[in-house]
Amino acid sequence: MATLARLQARSMFVAQQYYFRNSVVDLFRKKEYDAAVKIQSWFRGCQVRAYIRNLHRITTVIQKWWRSYLGRQEYRLIVKFASCAMKMNFYNAMAVRIQRRWRGYRIRKYCFNYFYLKEYLRAVSETNDAIREALEEFAEMKEREEKKADLEREEKKRDYQARKMHYLLSTKQIPGVYNSPFRKDPDPWELRLQKAKPLTSQRSKAKPKPCISLSDWLACTSARSFPQSEILPPIDRKQCQGPFRDITEVLEQRYKPLEPTLRVAEPIDELKVARGEFRRQEWMRNVNDNMFLPFSSYHKNKKYIPLMNSSSKYGPNSYGSQHFRDENPKKWICDKDFQTVLPSFDLFSKYGKLYSKAGQII
Amino acid sequence: MSQRQVLQVFEQYQKARTQFVQMVAELATRPQNIETLQNAGVMSLLRPLLLDVVPTIQQTAALALGRLANYNDDLAEAVVKGDILPQLVYSLAEQNRFYKKAAAFVLRAVGKHSPQLAQAIVDCGALDTLVICLEDFDPGVKEAAAWALGYIARHNAELSQAVVDAGAAPLLVLCIQEPEIALKRIAASALSDISKHSPELAQTVVDAGAIAHLAQMILNPDSKLKRQVLSALSQIAKHSVDLAEMVVEAEIFPVVLTCLKDKDEYVKKNASTLIREIAKHTPELSQLIVNAGGVAAMIDCIGSCKGNIRLPGIMMLGYVAAHSENLAMAVIISKGVPQLSICLSEEPEDHIKAAAAWAIGQIGRHTPEHARAVAVTNTLPVLLSLYMSTESSEDLQVKSKKAIKNILQKCTYLPALEPFLYDAPPNILKHVVGQFSKVLPHDSKARRLFVTSGGLKKVQEIKAEPGSLLQEYINSINNCYPEEIVRYYSPGYSDTLLQRVDSYQPLTK
Repeated sequence: MATLARLQARSMFVAQQYYFRNSVVDLFRKKEYDAAVKIQSWFRGCQVRAYIRNLHRITTVIQKWWRSYLGRQEYRLIVKFASCAMKMNFYNAMAVRIQRRWRGYRIRKYCFNYFYLKEYLRAVSETNDAIREALEEFAEMKEREEKKADLEREEKKRDYQARKMHYLLSTKQIPGVYNSPFRKDPDPWELRLQKAKPLTSQRSKAKPKPCISLSDWLACTSARSFPQSEILPPIDRKQCQGPFRDITEVLEQRYKPLEPTLRVAEPIDELKVARGEFRRQEWMRNVNDNMFLPFSSYHKNKKYIPLMNSSSKYGPNSYGSQHFRDENPKKWICDKDFQTVLPSFDLFSKYGKLYSKAGQII
Repeated sequence: MSQRQVLQVFEQYQKARTQFVQMVAELATRPQNIETLQNAGVMSLLRPLLLDVVPTIQQTAALALGRLANYNDDLAEAVVKGDILPQLVYSLAEQNRFYKKAAAFVLRAVGKHSPQLAQAIVDCGALDTLVICLEDFDPGVKEAAAWALGYIARHNAELSQAVVDAGAAPLLVLCIQEPEIALKRIAASALSDISKHSPELAQTVVDAGAIAHLAQMILNPDSKLKRQVLSALSQIAKHSVDLAEMVVEAEIFPVVLTCLKDKDEYVKKNASTLIREIAKHTPELSQLIVNAGGVAAMIDCIGSCKGNIRLPGIMMLGYVAAHSENLAMAVIISKGVPQLSICLSEEPEDHIKAAAAWAIGQIGRHTPEHARAVAVTNTLPVLLSLYMSTESSEDLQVKSKKAIKNILQKCTYLPALEPFLYDAPPNILKHVVGQFSKVLPHDSKARRLFVTSGGLKKVQEIKAEPGSLLQEYINSINNCYPEEIVRYYSPGYSDTLLQRVDSYQPLTK
């Protein structure tokens, strides 16, 4: 209990102490608190700053490496391009050099080859000379030919003259005009006259006028031109004096058309010709050359009934199918029978177209 | 009345008709009678006689009509208006050859005057019958028909198209192959008339195979035939490169060059025309002609004739030289320039001079060498005088100016340029001074010569506007010389010297 008592005795003190101490504490509490906050804030600040600094350092390192990586990459690219461009420039320059040489060489060789041009021009001038010469020669030849032809013409003319004047030739007794006795040599014409053949006096050949003369108007009349009478008397003739027949009659006789006899006019194979003609006409009218065949097949089944004539057991008879007259092959002298032709009557065909002996028309 | 008396009446009538027609036909041959005949109403009288029973009278009436229509276009029009053509066309198909000939003659005489009259003939349907006449046996009929067709085709492209459409071209080509010279001649002329209008027509003629036959006849001795053949070939060749090449492929070179030596002037002219028409198309064709020696032959030909016959040759040289510098060089070494300058100074007519000036310009415009070749022949002063002359035509002036300009711009041959400093007008002087300004900086001898010959003095006297091209040229000439020389030759320098003498105060003490 003592303790209690001590304690109780001290409790006052303790309480006092407690109060005192608490009050002291209270007195410093704010200060201390502030101090603690300050210390803590400072410390924390330091800590965070250190941390951030650390982070920054780390970031810088990372960035440094990354950027250097990127930078190096870019740098490599740039270097590559640069070297490429440099090389290309170099190559181009070299190519230009090569091309320059080559092009110069080629153009000088094939296009503007001076020596070739010179050669060409020389060749052209040579050709020119040759052509000039050839043309000169050609012209000369032409001229010579012309001259020759002229001379020949002249010679012919002179020959003709000599033939015309042949009567001036001197004879043994009488000297001609070209053979003067007072001269030493006879005139050259004399020699020419000696050589020439005398010209015989020619009958003036009555040549018919070429086309537009009235005498041949009958010949060129075509039947289809215009309607005209059978005979028109020619009008440029004079009536002749003397006991002559009337001119119209004579002309009629003279210009009468050819009248062949019936035998000549009508061919003996007329029938054949006519048939041929008929066939040709038929053929011309045909639209189609092929035969028109029936569409049905009826005709195929039709039975062929031969002619009685040909189906005889004695063989076919040619009478009536190949010949229509009696034939006697034994009498033939060649392998064919003669064809029978009827003679025409002269009297009928010439009636009224001949002169009688007395001069009358019969 | 006896039969004889009756017939006598007819006889007399026929005789009178014949005599009338023959007299008219004969009178129509003289131009002085024609007016009288026309006033006497000959047309209306001849027309019924075309339908006469007697063929001779028909023929002679047609002949007389043809002669009348041949004379002038009034009479030809009267024939058209008189409705005579259908009758003629009808009988052209029906009658004998003499009548056909006469009828074709009338058609030809009518058709030759004007396109309208030719069209009237075409409208009558004459072409078909004329084409049928081309197939006739008689060469005279063919000739007359070909002649008429040629005269119809001559006027314009439509008419010749109509002729071609009627199928005339192949038959005309057949006609060329006939032995008769006259027929060949006229058929060739008709082909030429057909093909001259357009490339298509020429192509039709070529398709009918005309070229080979025409080319064969170049060597024919008959000069009139040669004329027509050459003319036909040139009319074919003129249209296009293809046609010209086809003509060349018929191997006309060097045969055609012999025609340049022909006696006949027109053969020469047509041959030159043919060569010109071929040369003008491409450098290759020109080259072919040059290689065949055509240029030399042409130059000789130009030298041997006068006037219009030269003209195609001169133009041909110009065309050849215009194609390329090598060809121009070929013309120069063939001695073409002296010949052309002779033409330039000799010919009295302006259009030939103009052609020669043009050709010279074409030769000289390529390189300094060409220009020099032209300049040494002393052609430039002639050209200048032509340009300056008031008598020359406008065309000649333009052409010679162009030629001078072309040549001067290339010319570095100073002795030839020098006279131009004294007598050239300013627009040409510009080029002359320009040439000097280009040459002098590089040639010391020329610089010296330029001073001694008085060129520099002349240049200083030229009054050029400051800033103009001429002034620039003058300045560049002046820059080639020391300043004292330039000042010495400047006009008025003696005065300035004298002034200095006046103003000079000697130092006397």
